[in-house]
Amino acid sequence: MTTFRPDPTFYPSPSLAQSAPRETLAYVVVIDPTYRTPDALAVLDLDPASPTYAREVGRLELPHTGDELHHFGWNACSAALCPTMPHPHVERRYLLVPGLRSSRIYVVDTRPDPRRPTLHKTIEPEELHARSGYSRPHTVHCGPDAVYMNALGSPSGEGPGGVFVLDHTTFEIKGPWEKDRGPQYLAYDFWWHLGHDTMLTSEWGTPNMVEDGLNPEILLAGGYGHRLHVWNLRTREHVKALDLGPEQQMVLELRPAHDPRQTYGFVGVVTSLKDLSASVWLWHLDRGEWKVRKVIEVPAEPADPSLLPPLLQGFGAVPPLITDINLSLDDRFLYVSCWGTGELRQYDVSDPFEPKLVGSVHLGGIVRRAGHPRAPEPLTGGPQMVELSRDGRRVYVTNSLYVSWDEQFYPAGIRGWAAKLDADPAGGMTLDPDFYVDFGERRAHQMRLQGGDASSDSFCYPNP
Amino acid sequence: MNDPLAWSALALLGALHGLNPAMGWLFAVALGLQERRRAAVGRALWPIALGHALSVALVVALVILAGAVLDGGVLRLVGAGALLAFGAYKLLRPNTHPRWVGMRVGFRDLTLWSFLMSTAHGAGLMLVPVALRFSAGGGAAHAGHGEHLPAGMAASSTLAGLAAVGVHTLSMFAVMAAVALAVYQFVGLTVLRRAWVNLDQVWAVALMAAGAVALVWR
Repeated sequence: MTTFRPDPTFYPSPSLAQSAPRETLAYVVVIDPTYRTPDALAVLDLDPASPTYAREVGRLELPHTGDELHHFGWNACSAALCPTMPHPHVERRYLLVPGLRSSRIYVVDTRPDPRRPTLHKTIEPEELHARSGYSRPHTVHCGPDAVYMNALGSPSGEGPGGVFVLDHTTFEIKGPWEKDRGPQYLAYDFWWHLGHDTMLTSEWGTPNMVEDGLNPEILLAGGYGHRLHVWNLRTREHVKALDLGPEQQMVLELRPAHDPRQTYGFVGVVTSLKDLSASVWLWHLDRGEWKVRKVIEVPAEPADPSLLPPLLQGFGAVPPLITDINLSLDDRFLYVSCWGTGELRQYDVSDPFEPKLVGSVHLGGIVRRAGHPRAPEPLTGGPQMVELSRDGRRVYVTNSLYVSWDEQFYPAGIRGWAAKLDADPAGGMTLDPDFYVDFGERRAHQMRLQGGDASSDSFCYPNP
Repeated sequence: MNDPLAWSALALLGALHGLNPAMGWLFAVALGLQERRRAAVGRALWPIALGHALSVALVVALVILAGAVLDGGVLRLVGAGALLAFGAYKLLRPNTHPRWVGMRVGFRDLTLWSFLMSTAHGAGLMLVPVALRFSAGGGAAHAGHGEHLPAGMAASSTLAGLAAVGVHTLSMFAVMAAVALAVYQFVGLTVLRRAWVNLDQVWAVALMAAGAVALVWR
């Protein structure tokens, strides 16, 4: 298990990680929306020189049904090089794959054959409950000292949701992370500024608020999450709640600047009750005080109500629904998924306070239903989970959000797909006409690139 | 105290500890990069050296104190046993280490961090064979039993112990400072990807070797 030299996929700083070799494989979770057959981890070939490029070349079927796999992450990454407790001679080898609905956590071994991953360990929901008090595990990040994971709530389906830690070699759950959670109750995502001992967490809803679908009553009452929480990563105490305003509903993916010297980051908001717009907000440290402000707003697009699902007919418009965002390793480009309107946007965020829209590609969408050269029919769903290669040149998207919510926004059903875009280093992006993976009735959620990607690693050493 | 071999061993072990990135030079480099100032590298080295010295001094003091009350042969066996056991533990469980998150560290934090890392790696233990030579019970084994030692001899053991910690830490500091400044100023972080070889097993073997030396070096 220990190696003689550091794992070659670990890089001290984000700028060094940009020089990593091109990824050749991707892991993507595929879900059975009927919960009748087990979910799976599919392996995609990303090597353009390979005869099986853009095709599925392996699949690990999991032993249980109804897991609803969602996000997942590596056992170890560049954070292992952090000087506080360095352990660089471990391998980036295991994927920790939680079931968001079942609360079961799979540890998948990607060695010796990365195309044929195997199941290494299963943490049953009862064990997660007993050891952490949490349920519905969500985000996974490899930290300097442990694997960190968070969860939406408690076993009863209520809150609070929060963070827990796992030993990074045995994958034993060590317990809940928080020492003082202050006013935090809702959870969705978490990440950190390692150079500033700061953790950020965001808010969606408790399991009872989200599992049966988007609840219009809770939504119209502004009951979904609308805050960010700042924590002291070291003392594990709540520092500050940043309220975006109750009309800002569902504060999801957190993308802090990768450079550990920086103290800003971006978070996406799914929708505003005022006008169904979606937005991206910037948090930043201003003379010792954490602040947040809106930097991107994407308006709703008017639409013929007869083309809209029942949930939206009264509004006569398609909400953009920013459900995922991703930041390139050089902290220069922010990718924004508009899952409702079927658009992936690329912003130049060299000045994080003034993002500039520099690229846009349409795929699917509730009304637009934009197609793909390789797909025989108009696409269903829209760009949702977005992942970037470490050099920032390739962008991969999948189209499913969360099964019970998929049905509400795409009632005719979603056919799972993955697509790829090529990003111009100077800005702008184009669809790769040859890359289209059809998952059929299965739905694809998060994708992880072999060796790391723009949302898998965190760094302790700043860029030069 | 006129024992060139012992002083050389102290200095060499100091150099070995200074070379180990987990003992602190890497942390100093990271702090310098974070602040973009070479002075920050230098500033971090002092508390790191202090924490290391405290950890080592603790073990040396224990050996000298034990030397005043224990029979020399018994002390030698206890010291060697501790080293062999700890070395075997490090060999079998290479991934155990104290947990520490936190890059925003002041003087006190860095001292504590260094003390914890040095202690957890058995840095002080590795010095036991040398400490035994300076302790009344160990080094003076040929002169008789510990309980008959005059007070002057205890005082000279204390002095020798302090000097031992000083020489060791000075050597550790010099090597650590040289490596930290070289990496910060000239070499750059890419070196970590190639040159950071896994010496954990070497370290564990060194601990056990020190145990063997403690048994035979009289």
